[in-house]
Amino acid sequence: MADHSNADVLALKVDAKTVNQYKFVMSESSFRKILYLAAICVLILLVAIFFSLLLSSLPAIRHFGLGFLAGITWDPVKSEFGALPFLIGTLATSFLALILSLIFSLPISIFLGEYFRHGTASMFIKSMIELLAGIPSVIYGFCGLFLLTPVIRGLETKVGVSPYGVGIFTASLVLSIMIIPYSASIGREVISLVPSDLKEAALSLGATRFEVIRKVTLPYAYSGIFAGILLALGRALGETMAVTMVIGNSNFIPTNIFSPGNTLASVIANEFTEATGSLYLASLIELGLVLFIVTTIINVIGKIIIRRMGAGV
Amino acid sequence: MREFPIRRRILADKTFKIIIILLSFACILPMFFIIFFITSKGISAINWKFLTQLPKPVGETGGGILNAIIGTFILVIISILFSVPLGVFAGIFLSEYRKGRFVYFTRLSIEILQGIPSIVIGIIAYTWVVVPMGSFSALSGAVALGLMMLPVIVTATGETLKLIPDSLREASLALGVSYPRTIIKVILPAGLSGIVTGVLLSIARVAGETAPLLFTAFGSPFMNLNILKPVNSLPLMIFNYATSPYSEWHTLAWGASFVLVVLVLGLNLFTKVVTSKWKVQF
Repeated sequence: MADHSNADVLALKVDAKTVNQYKFVMSESSFRKILYLAAICVLILLVAIFFSLLLSSLPAIRHFGLGFLAGITWDPVKSEFGALPFLIGTLATSFLALILSLIFSLPISIFLGEYFRHGTASMFIKSMIELLAGIPSVIYGFCGLFLLTPVIRGLETKVGVSPYGVGIFTASLVLSIMIIPYSASIGREVISLVPSDLKEAALSLGATRFEVIRKVTLPYAYSGIFAGILLALGRALGETMAVTMVIGNSNFIPTNIFSPGNTLASVIANEFTEATGSLYLASLIELGLVLFIVTTIINVIGKIIIRRMGAGV
Repeated sequence: MREFPIRRRILADKTFKIIIILLSFACILPMFFIIFFITSKGISAINWKFLTQLPKPVGETGGGILNAIIGTFILVIISILFSVPLGVFAGIFLSEYRKGRFVYFTRLSIEILQGIPSIVIGIIAYTWVVVPMGSFSALSGAVALGLMMLPVIVTATGETLKLIPDSLREASLALGVSYPRTIIKVILPAGLSGIVTGVLLSIARVAGETAPLLFTAFGSPFMNLNILKPVNSLPLMIFNYATSPYSEWHTLAWGASFVLVVLVLGLNLFTKVVTSKWKVQF
């Protein structure tokens, strides 16, 4: 088969070239397909998470309906499940923590966004905040359990409530420290985004720095700061380990801020492995579904506000 | 008109600044307390035996945390295998395609994934892996951790690759290099530091996670290298021992906390050094 004519060889060459080009084009389009596939995978993951939560909690949803959220008893022995004690516990700890953390996170945002934008002081505070964000939550819980509860117990004896040491207040205190980094970093970002000509205009009119911050910077950055608070709230609602360790784990509606309680996350953490019976497990997963929906809504609102502000968070 | 005497205004200004500075520095106190107590209580528990022995039953003194250290490494390594390939490709997607509804939804879903509470991730890994396989396992824990790492890696990759100038890509394409080759040989290496930073940060994030492991990896007092069996991890061990009533176990938990904090903060520090020494610069 050695006697190929010239034309045949030429045709073969052309074929090889077109094949190469074909491969070239194919590899580009298939590479783009792989990229799309990765993105679709991410979308599918999220949808699958939602639906598997929904499916697994279906028995509880069918059994209790909307009354699940308003039910005040959580009694695995009688198979009666109501989420209200945990909803109240979650809201109480999160909002208390939010208020406590604002006392620190707002000054830090102003400190880093307005007074000390560069230099050693800002580097120091910034890296400390990063360290604070890096400590695992179980460590916070452990320290809270062994260092904070004796202090709180002393406080409770003085106030005149039963001295458990653990409870809503202790959990909020630990939580508030944990969420400082989230609201502080976003607050810093939006405060440093305030246009300097606005601030300079106020300064040239004779305002002091304090007046500029109060009348110009904070009103301008208001919605961004609010978004930072929302994102911190999203963190606080879903925080599990630290809260589980110091909240006292009681399945009744807390009567005051010192009484022990449970949050959505902490009750799941405590009872999931012991859950016997499909209704019990489904009810716990429904708590997870509620948590998922609430945190998702809060996060999305927060991100949308930040995107409107134009901050690159 | 009300009068605002200048002296009072200046006083208010100064007081405000002092309060801001005081409160900013005050929030560092809890941080120092935590580090101080972990170090002072943990360092006395640490010795060579502590790092190389298995935990002992209640009542016996001594015992170590080797199984938890190994378990943490197993979990992190498997979760990297899950999340890095998908995360890097999704990140490339986000940097290559920046407009359109599909891209918007992808970005939104990454943000939502990032915000999902860790305990919910645990439930997901339970229903996806533990229930079908019929037992708690290291694999299911790694799936949970991988889900938590994914959004961090995607965001880091996407944001870094966006910073790489188009001229690089155009130069490569103009030389006749195919598009996939351009991405893999030119764009990815240029943004490697950012991607590595993202992966390291995500490891630091999940290495300290307990909640997703409670009903997936579950924990075990034995040494286990089989990924289909329950495995212990440092945070899980700290939680179990800290909430136990035995003081020997509390000592173990303090020691384990010290190891965990050193590990996580060291990783954070290392990441910072990597980022500052090996930055994407154009």
